[in-house]
Amino acid sequence: MHEFRFDPVAMPAAAEALRSEVRAFIAGEVARGAFTPSRNSWSSFDPDFSRKCGEQGYIGMRWPKQYGGHERSALERYVVTEEMLAGGAPVGAHWIADRQSGQQILRYGSERARSTILPRIAAGVCYFSIGMSEPDSGSDLAAVRTRASKTEGGWKISGTKVWTSGAHMTNYLIALARTAPKEDDRHAGLTQFIVDLSHPGVSVRPIYNLYGGHDFNEVVFDEFFVADDMVMGEPGMGWTLVTSELAFERSGPDRFLSTYQLLLESIRAIGTDPDARSANEIGRFVAHLATLRRMSISVAGMLERGEQPTVEAALVKDVGTAFEREIPETFRQLIPTEPSLGAGTSYAELLGMSILRAPGFTIRGGTREILRGMIARGLGLR
Amino acid sequence: MSENRNDLLNTVDRIIDEHCARPLRESAEAGEWPAGLWRALEAVGLDRAALPEEAGGSGLAFEDAMLALRRSAYHATPVPLAETMLAGSLLAAAGLAVPQGALSVAPVNTSDRLEFVHGSTRTSVVGVAHRVPWGNLCAQVVVVGELDGKDIVGMVSTSGSVRGVEQNLAGEPRALLGFDHAQLTTFAALPGGLARLQAGGALCRSVQMAGALERALEYSLLYANERVQFGRPIAKFQAIQHMLAQLAGQVAAASAAADAAVEASALAPDEFAVAVAKSRAGEAAGKGAEIAHQVHGAMGYTREHNLHYVTRRLWSWRDEFGNEPHWQRRLGRLVAAHGADALWPMLSGL
Repeated sequence: MHEFRFDPVAMPAAAEALRSEVRAFIAGEVARGAFTPSRNSWSSFDPDFSRKCGEQGYIGMRWPKQYGGHERSALERYVVTEEMLAGGAPVGAHWIADRQSGQQILRYGSERARSTILPRIAAGVCYFSIGMSEPDSGSDLAAVRTRASKTEGGWKISGTKVWTSGAHMTNYLIALARTAPKEDDRHAGLTQFIVDLSHPGVSVRPIYNLYGGHDFNEVVFDEFFVADDMVMGEPGMGWTLVTSELAFERSGPDRFLSTYQLLLESIRAIGTDPDARSANEIGRFVAHLATLRRMSISVAGMLERGEQPTVEAALVKDVGTAFEREIPETFRQLIPTEPSLGAGTSYAELLGMSILRAPGFTIRGGTREILRGMIARGLGLR
Repeated sequence: MSENRNDLLNTVDRIIDEHCARPLRESAEAGEWPAGLWRALEAVGLDRAALPEEAGGSGLAFEDAMLALRRSAYHATPVPLAETMLAGSLLAAAGLAVPQGALSVAPVNTSDRLEFVHGSTRTSVVGVAHRVPWGNLCAQVVVVGELDGKDIVGMVSTSGSVRGVEQNLAGEPRALLGFDHAQLTTFAALPGGLARLQAGGALCRSVQMAGALERALEYSLLYANERVQFGRPIAKFQAIQHMLAQLAGQVAAASAAADAAVEASALAPDEFAVAVAKSRAGEAAGKGAEIAHQVHGAMGYTREHNLHYVTRRLWSWRDEFGNEPHWQRRLGRLVAAHGADALWPMLSGL
């Protein structure tokens, strides 16, 4: 039986010093009106704020200095990300590039990709989207039909990606494509490519979400040329790369802080002298949150040591997203409110948006069902 | 895991293997004191594992003592190990000597209070303590209460004070102790004694629940891989896989919460971390036991299968030393009183 482990991690002193610094930075930005703390921190796209984060050294923190990074630890990076999310900072523009794409380019990208792209990500001026899902390939990622065929000096990509968050605003996308015909091993023959979205030959069309917001896109490639040095790793390594990328994607504080601002506003609305039931529910959420935070930091510690905590990351996301979804469901009963749209910054609006966004929490980055399958595999059941 | 910790776990495993067979479990539930098992635990110093070395401890770190307790719970060991550890640490905290033998603590019921009174020649205790764990089988209990407006911890013989014995759902004795001017054999001031007893007890139960949940998951994985229906092990059915994944999530959360509380409580129980642990592990206990039983089907509902030894403890321990709402409410009131803006600093420790 696989043993999942959430070993304790001691936050180094440098990380705690950094925490004060980040908190002061965020408070300063709020005070000067740069942003209003937002419920969807990591899906709020704000290039100005991202550039400031770059100047502060809060992006690409673990990368080597030669690529614009800051050579800090995974735990220091963790502190920055959780402070940003807890503070409701609009980190959406650089989030994906910092969380996963840049990390992958550093590890598997060509020297040209590293030297031309990473410094711009770290400066907070270059943003990424994820190009995994397709119309007929969501949870079943190995079924991708986007194809890349070899041509002189590179590859020609044709196909369609969907649910591509931010592609209308980002600079690049990492596309997973089939580069060899499907064999018995359906995970073989896949490759990841860095695609420059500003080039002609790629079209981006909005897919509006259930509340009318524009986050998702459909991205279509038609014989789109990608140079050899924009291939990630070796051709055929795509599945391995995608799997390791997802461990970074799944275990962070973004998997349990999506409705943190609603929790805060609910505590405010309930007041300093809660009745027994409200006190119970607040206490229960605080207990869950403290526990999730510990689990998530433990995974950051494992990533720091170069381990691949796939099952632990899946556990954090499964338990964490269930927690995020419970917050609006519970407080709507404690603070009777008709959830509203167009009500400005009121509690009704915050509640309304949390309810409308909640279904996405347990779908994006791997559905709950896929995660449970991965956990089951880790437990030796499949 | 370090080699020392592995040795510690192996020691607990070996003692259980040699001294805790099924007949002993059954006789313990029938009310008999498991003398051989307890002697074996004492022989390796586990009863004193949570004490500082200068108070007669075995030189283990507090984390390691709690690891041993967790392992004893994993084995559903029918002894007052948690209570003895807790009683000893209360005495040691007040600078009192810790006697040999199994000990319990009172009051454990969150609404019970004991009164201490000065006589001309002695100081004694008055009052009723409900459901004192193993209180009928321990010769002495450590009691906390007030004397002249000060928090006091003391020790009293149980002889003549046992008014009745009930059991928790796992068949562990829970005694009604009535003290009518029973003499304290020793006592000293311990500021915040009652809070310390309750939080210390809640910490132990959280650690024990984490251990019992770990075992419930292990039993469930074994059974799902063995049990064949419709021509394949039930572990191959997605419905079962998802249930077990959820069980794993509860086990992971209970463990993480208990670990955090242990880490924060090396010197004295940390109220915030303990409240988090007891609420979270208590919730996991109920949800986890439900899944474990569902996976085991009718087999897990029998006395024959061992699953009930851990699940009956989970269903008991979650309500002892304060149930989930008790600790959630304390957390909730604390957070609300400090206001929303204080929550993140509280969680992140800065």
